[in-house]
Amino acid sequence: MAAPATFSDVPVRFRDSQIEMAHGAGGKASRKLVEGLFAPLLFGTFPGPLSDAAHVEINGTTIAITTDSFVVKPLSFPGGSIGELAVNGTINDLAVSGAKAEALVVSFVLEAGLPTSVLEAEVRAMAKAAREAGVRIAAGDTKVVEHGKADQMYVTTTGIGRPLPGVTINPGSVRVGDRILLSGPVGDHGVTILLARGELDLEADLRSDTRSVFPLVETLVKAAGPGIRWMRDPTRGGAATSLNELARDCGLGMVLFEDQVPVRDIVRGACELLGLDPLHIANEGQFLAVVSPEYADAAINAINLAPGGSEAQVIGEVREQPAGTVLVTTLYGGSRIVDMLVGDPLPRIC
Amino acid sequence: MRFVDEFRQPGLISKTADEIRRLAGTERHYRMMEVCGGHTHAIYRFGLKDILPENIELIHGPGCPVCVLPMGRIDDGLAIARQPGVIFAAFGDMMRVPGTQGSPLEHKARGMDVRIVYSPSDALKLARLNPDKHVMFFAIGFETTAPSTALTMIRAQAEGIRNFSVFCNHVTIIPAIRAILDSPDMRLDAFIGPGHVSTVIGCRPYEWIAHNEHKPIVVSGFEPLDMLQSIVMLLRQLKAGEAKVENQYKRVVPWEGNRAALRAMAEVFQLRPYFEWRGLGFISQSALRINDKYAEFDAEQRFVVPGIRVTDPKAAQCGEVLKGVLKPHQCKLFGRECTPEHPVGALMVSTEGSCAAYHSYEHRKAAMVTLTA
Repeated sequence: MAAPATFSDVPVRFRDSQIEMAHGAGGKASRKLVEGLFAPLLFGTFPGPLSDAAHVEINGTTIAITTDSFVVKPLSFPGGSIGELAVNGTINDLAVSGAKAEALVVSFVLEAGLPTSVLEAEVRAMAKAAREAGVRIAAGDTKVVEHGKADQMYVTTTGIGRPLPGVTINPGSVRVGDRILLSGPVGDHGVTILLARGELDLEADLRSDTRSVFPLVETLVKAAGPGIRWMRDPTRGGAATSLNELARDCGLGMVLFEDQVPVRDIVRGACELLGLDPLHIANEGQFLAVVSPEYADAAINAINLAPGGSEAQVIGEVREQPAGTVLVTTLYGGSRIVDMLVGDPLPRIC
Repeated sequence: MRFVDEFRQPGLISKTADEIRRLAGTERHYRMMEVCGGHTHAIYRFGLKDILPENIELIHGPGCPVCVLPMGRIDDGLAIARQPGVIFAAFGDMMRVPGTQGSPLEHKARGMDVRIVYSPSDALKLARLNPDKHVMFFAIGFETTAPSTALTMIRAQAEGIRNFSVFCNHVTIIPAIRAILDSPDMRLDAFIGPGHVSTVIGCRPYEWIAHNEHKPIVVSGFEPLDMLQSIVMLLRQLKAGEAKVENQYKRVVPWEGNRAALRAMAEVFQLRPYFEWRGLGFISQSALRINDKYAEFDAEQRFVVPGIRVTDPKAAQCGEVLKGVLKPHQCKLFGRECTPEHPVGALMVSTEGSCAAYHSYEHRKAAMVTLTA
């Protein structure tokens, strides 16, 4: 076996002098960090489009592997909590790469002074989510840092999964005319968290959408497997950021029909008030899929009939122009470009 | 969703757009300035340019409070916040605005205690919750936000709160419009009047624009139908050779304004003799300072303020864009040195700035047209 390569002489294109919150927000800045620093130093050359999970071959068997860290504040919120998020988030990353999660490894970073009751509640939430999804938690690690050096608790989960037969995710396979599917309303999670922080003095009856999307992905694969070109769970940065990445990776235009994008009135209202775009808001229990046109009806019908899939919609289609861009068209004939999120979404004043 | 969907009805929008096309005809060009940054944002967000005929040109005005704030004021505010025990509180809009040493968000990343608040009263709440710290609220905005800053200081004084101050950058809209009209390279036909500012000041302060300058002005709401209807009203006036102040946004804007808000402003503020606007230079009596009665809450009096003056980079043509002489993409820096992630000029900073709005919603669409043409 060859010695592991080192890439110490590879040029780094990342020019920002320090790490800002925006580099972790999932938008443009995050992508610059990954493509400009991590990828060249860790992979050498740029490995091509980055996806939610890697598919790695070991002795002729392909496994899917991914990892994700969870640093949500507050730890629990209407509809979910960090423990449950840490399990389902990683299951979802594997699911949208076309794989079923089999086992998870869990790492905790705990702040000294964290009440045991809080930790216990989160570990119970993890166990419950894993049990419901049929995923084993196989190993773990714990570190404790001084009080004030972390915010209560951080959780990292690494998952391995088995690729589903009959589906290949590849942005390069996306073609003009393909349909863009969305599994349900956007923005529930991000707006729930924003409100749960209690800084905005806004209240609304809204719950995070956090869930395992694997059952719906499995339904989609069964109904339209050969037609699936690409999938992604639009977490931080929202649906707009995921679709912008796809547009750049495949060089085509993603055209969305604004009136077809499902958004709850509460989320729309909060976004109107705060000057945010629902397409930039994080989701934890939704996925986007690009499906070839001949499979689009079968795909959406199957998802609509499955539990939790009734609000899924075809929200747009792939066109040649505007190349590399996401364009939203309105009912009354206007259109606008929706870019990747720049930094964290910040509420506007007027 | 109520109060929103009614004003986005496709049928009514296309009807109104037809009316605009009929009124505008083809024989002449119309240049209308939307004064308010909120309107600029709405024009791009709703893709209104796609609906309007080509001979109606919308010029983006100076009504974006973040954009017109000189960089030196940000440096001054951050200099105060660098003193021990100070919490810097500001609206989300301010967080990415660059000073010479970086934006408030970058200072936060380096350890400064920077908090995003949604209203000045949230900043006062921070002061109550942190009695051992001093909370400085970095106040920006036109008459839209000035009353809430004023009311917060009135409340702070009534409660006897000692650890709270305001770094006041409030500006007033009328002198900015006057500066635009006084500019020799400005050829405007009409104004789409600011909506939110007018909820406070009412419609009367615009009368000189109609009487002395003979330009129609219609105070407008922010939904697509609001703006299209305002353009219809302006076209009707122009066709009839009239120049009046009209109020399209009656559901929100009273003709006389909001007296309680105006009283609160008069209680706390007085006019500064002059104030620097980014892109427009010094404008006399165009900004507010905290008066002597409330001096205890004036950060400029409580702290030593360096009074930093930073000239904008020469290559940035913010002034020309602000006055509508250049379109955003005609500036030499647009999209290259100056982007929303790394703004050089003021107008790229806020989502309400015309360059930022143009950059995020429009410029690749324009590139696409050139490509296919």
